[in-house]
Amino acid sequence: MDRTLGFYIVQFLTGLADASALFLVACGLSLIFGVSRIVNLAHGSFYMVGAYVAYYLIGFFSEGGCAFWAGIVLAAVVVGLIGVGIEVLLLRRLYGAPELFMLFATFGVVLIMQDLSRWLFGAEDLLGPRAPGLAGSVNIRGTLLPQYDLALILIAPLILGVLWLLLNRTRWGILVRAATEDREMSDALGVNQTRLFTSVFFLGSFLAGLGGAIQLPKGGANLLMDLNTIAEAFVVVVVGGMGSIPGAYLAAVIIGELGSFGVLVFPESTLVLMFLVMAVVLVIRPHGLLGQAGAGAHVAFRAAEAVLQPASKKLKLLGLACLVLILVMPVLVGTFQLVLLTEIALFALASMSLYFMMGPGGMVSFGHAAFFGGGAYAAALLVHYLQTPMELAVLLAPLLVGLLALIIGWFCVRLSGVYMAMLTLAFAQICWSIVFQWGEVTGGDDGLLSIWPSQWASDKIVFYYLTMILSIGGILVLRYFIFTPFGYTMRACRDSALRVDSIGINLARHQCLAFAVAGVFAGLAGGLYVFSKGSVFPDEMAIPRSFDFLFMVLLGGVETLFGPIAGAAAFTWLHDQISRTDFWQLILGCIFVLLVVAFPQGIVGSINVRWGRFFANQNH
Amino acid sequence: MKATRMRLALLMAAVLVLSGNTAAVRAADTIKIGEIMTYSQLTSFTFPYRNGWQLALEEINQAGGVMGQPLEIISRDDTGKPGTAVTIAEELIRKDKVVLLMGSYLSNVGLALTDFAKRNQVLYVAAEPLSDALTWAQGNRYTFRLRPSTYMQAAMLAEEASQLPAQRWATIAPNYAYGKDAVASFKKILQAKRPDVEFMAEQWPALFKINAGAEIQALADAQPEAIYNVTFASDLAKFVREGKLRGFFKGIEVVSLLTGEPEYLDPLKDEAPEGWLVTGYPWYDIKTPAHTKFLEAYRRKFNDYPRTGSIVGYNVLMAVAHLLDKAQSTDTEKMVEALEGLTFDSPVGRITFRQIDHQSTMGAYVGRTALKEGQGVMVDWKYMDGKDFLPSDEDVRKLRPQ
Repeated sequence: MDRTLGFYIVQFLTGLADASALFLVACGLSLIFGVSRIVNLAHGSFYMVGAYVAYYLIGFFSEGGCAFWAGIVLAAVVVGLIGVGIEVLLLRRLYGAPELFMLFATFGVVLIMQDLSRWLFGAEDLLGPRAPGLAGSVNIRGTLLPQYDLALILIAPLILGVLWLLLNRTRWGILVRAATEDREMSDALGVNQTRLFTSVFFLGSFLAGLGGAIQLPKGGANLLMDLNTIAEAFVVVVVGGMGSIPGAYLAAVIIGELGSFGVLVFPESTLVLMFLVMAVVLVIRPHGLLGQAGAGAHVAFRAAEAVLQPASKKLKLLGLACLVLILVMPVLVGTFQLVLLTEIALFALASMSLYFMMGPGGMVSFGHAAFFGGGAYAAALLVHYLQTPMELAVLLAPLLVGLLALIIGWFCVRLSGVYMAMLTLAFAQICWSIVFQWGEVTGGDDGLLSIWPSQWASDKIVFYYLTMILSIGGILVLRYFIFTPFGYTMRACRDSALRVDSIGINLARHQCLAFAVAGVFAGLAGGLYVFSKGSVFPDEMAIPRSFDFLFMVLLGGVETLFGPIAGAAAFTWLHDQISRTDFWQLILGCIFVLLVVAFPQGIVGSINVRWGRFFANQNH
Repeated sequence: MKATRMRLALLMAAVLVLSGNTAAVRAADTIKIGEIMTYSQLTSFTFPYRNGWQLALEEINQAGGVMGQPLEIISRDDTGKPGTAVTIAEELIRKDKVVLLMGSYLSNVGLALTDFAKRNQVLYVAAEPLSDALTWAQGNRYTFRLRPSTYMQAAMLAEEASQLPAQRWATIAPNYAYGKDAVASFKKILQAKRPDVEFMAEQWPALFKINAGAEIQALADAQPEAIYNVTFASDLAKFVREGKLRGFFKGIEVVSLLTGEPEYLDPLKDEAPEGWLVTGYPWYDIKTPAHTKFLEAYRRKFNDYPRTGSIVGYNVLMAVAHLLDKAQSTDTEKMVEALEGLTFDSPVGRITFRQIDHQSTMGAYVGRTALKEGQGVMVDWKYMDGKDFLPSDEDVRKLRPQ
């Protein structure tokens, strides 16, 4: 087929316009991420609110070129102020808490803003107004290109330039860069961190709002924008290198152009393209395209942790009491509660395996659903194609996932901090897209059905006991690992890579093994999960599932071994209770925010602070 | 400080336990129906859907309920996740003791519930999920569906499309099961009727992440004479706007699934496409007495006009009421037998739940889009009865496990 030159030019410019839209969302995130190291999940919500506010402001100001651009800038200012409000009221209280806790707090904000937006802006999608003066198209050698695309292509570098000047030519910019490179040092030198953070948060939120407002003529405003945007924004930031604004632009251009030309060759590629790019870039360049090793990476992205102690006698007694309670549960409660407890136990095992990586291992994963969902799919595929009995499937699933974890781990352990977390996310997304796209084998998003337990375990009470035995067994084995020499080595690897290296321990091998162990147990949880549900769908491998596990760990508290269990129980139970009401996301979001503020160490962590001495060993 | 925190925590826990318990205390003499829908997402469909069944509930209970008892709906949000839907289904049948399940939007949620219904021998009346598998490949004794399936809607459009002169076609559909099925069915039926038709290009944008500009260029590059579009909601809005700006629709016939539904057409306002061949719901133009009555009651109750979701929600609960009335029992086997072959009159016409595959014969409106007073509408539409767009009984038996 003969394509004209005009076609290629327009395709290139279209890609560039897409890149500009991407960059506008990502630059604000890069700024916030770089300085405060807050993984701001609410960034997508700011973007969405920016779009809605601009839509209504432009309508309110009536027609005219002035109204359009004034509406956009004003909307961005409004969103910037919302950002400041959230920073001052919520995030500022958490700067002392582990950095990951911010992630949880901002997730609460996402839920709250989602429901508030629906309440304020309505349930229907809105189509954005066209930009006055830029409503038509230009003809490039016989192919039409919307004028607004040209405007976008110009706006993004303009903002990049302004940000560059701001960061490189003003005193404020110098302080921001100092904080990006070494927060503690700039703090020690007397820079007012509080004010700096607030101003950065304002600018970051402003840019998110601007991004949402500016894309109006390309699309509009709807309630799915927040979560659809946030992952993309993070990918651009990480591919570009955290805190590097030019890097974000470069990453946006690469992703935009690959997307634009990719659809010509392989239309389905849009599903996973971004994550493939991220995986390739991070494997080759562990700090992103233009990121520096110093920025954000050497500062550990993990929870500071107290020294773990083996269980004391009193704690063991408490555990025994819990076991007895679990044993007699079927007599005390109805069948549905048993189903819910089964689910809680499986999630507890999965989040314990994540904790094993995060806490003692010091490796945060944003892609744990790959292991959980992988286990579920491994078991389901075995049953579906080979008629494997449940017992064998539940045994094989963890082993297969362990292998998968070993492969993913091999790539990931060479990275650290956020970069490692994002690489796990990339691999999880790649796994997800394979399952999603390969419909002939995996059933695609129609899933695999009729994966029910063997006859003897089909009774809910029997399955409950089976799950409890395997989950509690798994959790205790993971706990046991933490106190073996392997566990101590893992903790050493976390605390000082340099020293570990100098005494001749193979750091990468140990971390790889930790990945595999975590994978095995997440796979076990997933393998059992599929039999409890009877079917499996790709969403068990998707990003929200990964973050569910992360939130369970954080909710329970990262400093204690039983945190993940309490977190899984609280998370699952809260969801079940609250989702009966309208606007439940708002309520759940408020509860999460309150919990984070009240218990910055998580539920068990806080109990530990208050009652810890009671349970401590007497002879200490 | 720490003591206050503990008190706060205890208070919160207490409130939650209490709220959970009060929810469990309900009037005993009602017939409870479990309703599962994705209320936290896709609200442009799901909220009108809720209005629809609420209207039906009011009408049913004002007329004295069913079997002398009022109906009670326990409505839950599945958050768009099949796993969550299964947990909720367990809770509804085991804790809330509902007599049957109805609802759901997404195909995968619908399929998870289909399998759950089969396993637990619970009646499940699917409202919206369009997947063909629901009544065919995964069909079972306990699952029924109201809405015309992907195959039926694609068949209606393919029937109309075969009358068009266009030979060179291109398709664009969201990259997930619904989009894939809708394209496959359309291609198959159209090519059977018109062997001269060729499909030149296809695009598969990720759902709600359409890369409209680039994908439209790629389609235009194949110089098609007609386009078959399956994108909807925000993807559709972007597709329409970019397509217009890039002069893509000039001289091209567009056949588009669901685009005539108010949920997706109304947000486009004065940019709604003109002359597209679509399926939809022209509520403003349907003058049958049954629909007029429904429209007036809906407007009175909600001070708003109905969407497709409203009619689906209304019809699904009406179907449930009719089946209970016919069965005169809440025993699952008796209800299944009552629903097989059940016929009732709905605002859109007579509907029968087929015995052979448990698919209802509810149809869809097919027409052309047009602009009227700055708003997209459907014109020259006709109601196509679902029973005319299903494969032969022999083929259905092959598709469905016996």
